[in-house]
Amino acid sequence: MIAIIDYGVGNLFSLSSSLNYLGLSNAVTSEKNVILAADRIILPGVGAFADAYAKLEATGLISLIKEEAAAGKPLLGICLGMQMLFDKSFEYGVHAGLGFIRGEVCPIAEDLTEPLKVPHIGWNSLHFVKDSPLFKYNKEGDYVYYVHSYYGKNCAESVIATSLYGIEITGAVACGNVFGTQFHPEKSGEAGLRILKAFSEV
Amino acid sequence: MITKRIIPCLDVRNGRVVKGVNFSGVQDVEDPVAMAAFYNESGADELVFYDITASFEGRALFNDVLTEVAKQIFIPLTVGGAINSVADFDRVLKCGADKVSVNTGAVRNPSLITEAAKRYGNQCVVLSMDVKRVDGKYTIFAKGGRENTGIDALEWARQGEDRGAGELVVNSIDTDGVKRGFDTELLEEIGRRVSVPIIASGGAGSKEDFLKLFKTLPKVDAGLAASIFHFKEINIRDLKNYLRSNGVEVRL
Repeated sequence: MIAIIDYGVGNLFSLSSSLNYLGLSNAVTSEKNVILAADRIILPGVGAFADAYAKLEATGLISLIKEEAAAGKPLLGICLGMQMLFDKSFEYGVHAGLGFIRGEVCPIAEDLTEPLKVPHIGWNSLHFVKDSPLFKYNKEGDYVYYVHSYYGKNCAESVIATSLYGIEITGAVACGNVFGTQFHPEKSGEAGLRILKAFSEV
Repeated sequence: MITKRIIPCLDVRNGRVVKGVNFSGVQDVEDPVAMAAFYNESGADELVFYDITASFEGRALFNDVLTEVAKQIFIPLTVGGAINSVADFDRVLKCGADKVSVNTGAVRNPSLITEAAKRYGNQCVVLSMDVKRVDGKYTIFAKGGRENTGIDALEWARQGEDRGAGELVVNSIDTDGVKRGFDTELLEEIGRRVSVPIIASGGAGSKEDFLKLFKTLPKVDAGLAASIFHFKEINIRDLKNYLRSNGVEVRL
């Protein structure tokens, strides 16, 4: 069973629906017992970093998520959920993250060298930087759906996929049993479903 | 590389898809869930569901239809129509929408954009604007094109972005249903004034219209259409193959 952490942000309906569609049992939950019993954890998220992190903190689940991941339980952060896996974020100030991924979350706009729109919204192609079990059912160039204004940076050791948007955008990261995707696999059609299926098998 | 998006729009009334020409003469087309599945298969990048129901029962049916679609289709879903409050945002998001498009509701109460953006993030708020030339000026119309608000469309677009809209749907009433191409004049004016993604709507009649749109207006990110897709005059996969072979990045 996959526990989708519910801490009051974002649309968890489509994430849960995609797992159901794949026949993967899942629970949208903030219950400690359910998360303990789960064999995998997904940390979703949309909105602003500080606000979302404060809400996650308010659930009192952070230490549990850290312990479970440290014990080897696969964890997948999606979108802002991925960003929260990092050491810190520079979204409206400096904020500490969960610290699973070495690196920081920075505004795309400051690094762009051509006049591209921010947020980066839409379908972009994936370039695999490293082999990862997360992409075992995908192929180079698969399109995934992004919506974000900040991106993971200085995290070269953990990057497993990137997308080009004027600059190289961190598309996905991995560090042991902890994974993160900046894009939304649950909104990325067939390519995204394949990634979720692969996560259920890591 | 980021791709240009092709978005079919499904107008839904009493649980069925309908499409008007110049906003009148609506005729029934097909079942929304089946159509959503068809579009998903044929390569649509996103789906827009527009609720044009007037009754309470119709609204409940719309919610059911949306929930059913969201269970089966895993590309972004935008919902519009009858969105007048943050509670309406909440209602459709709970049924599985990813983005919510506001039109008349935002004209009546512009702070709805601000409030919704604050609560759900800018990426969730799409400002949809119906624009018509009146005495040579681009003017915002409300209530599905029936009411001239007198609001300057170019100013409204900029205000929408300032208030937190994450994308703009620009629907030209002058070209809607005419099938002679998108309103490139209007779109160019709007493109000069905003930096959020622009979705062009109204007037697509051929594959060439989409090519012209993306080639001449690099600031337009997506093309939206209804009847030409519903009546299978254009197949989305064919359209995308055509665009790609002419140098436009698309998801295939």
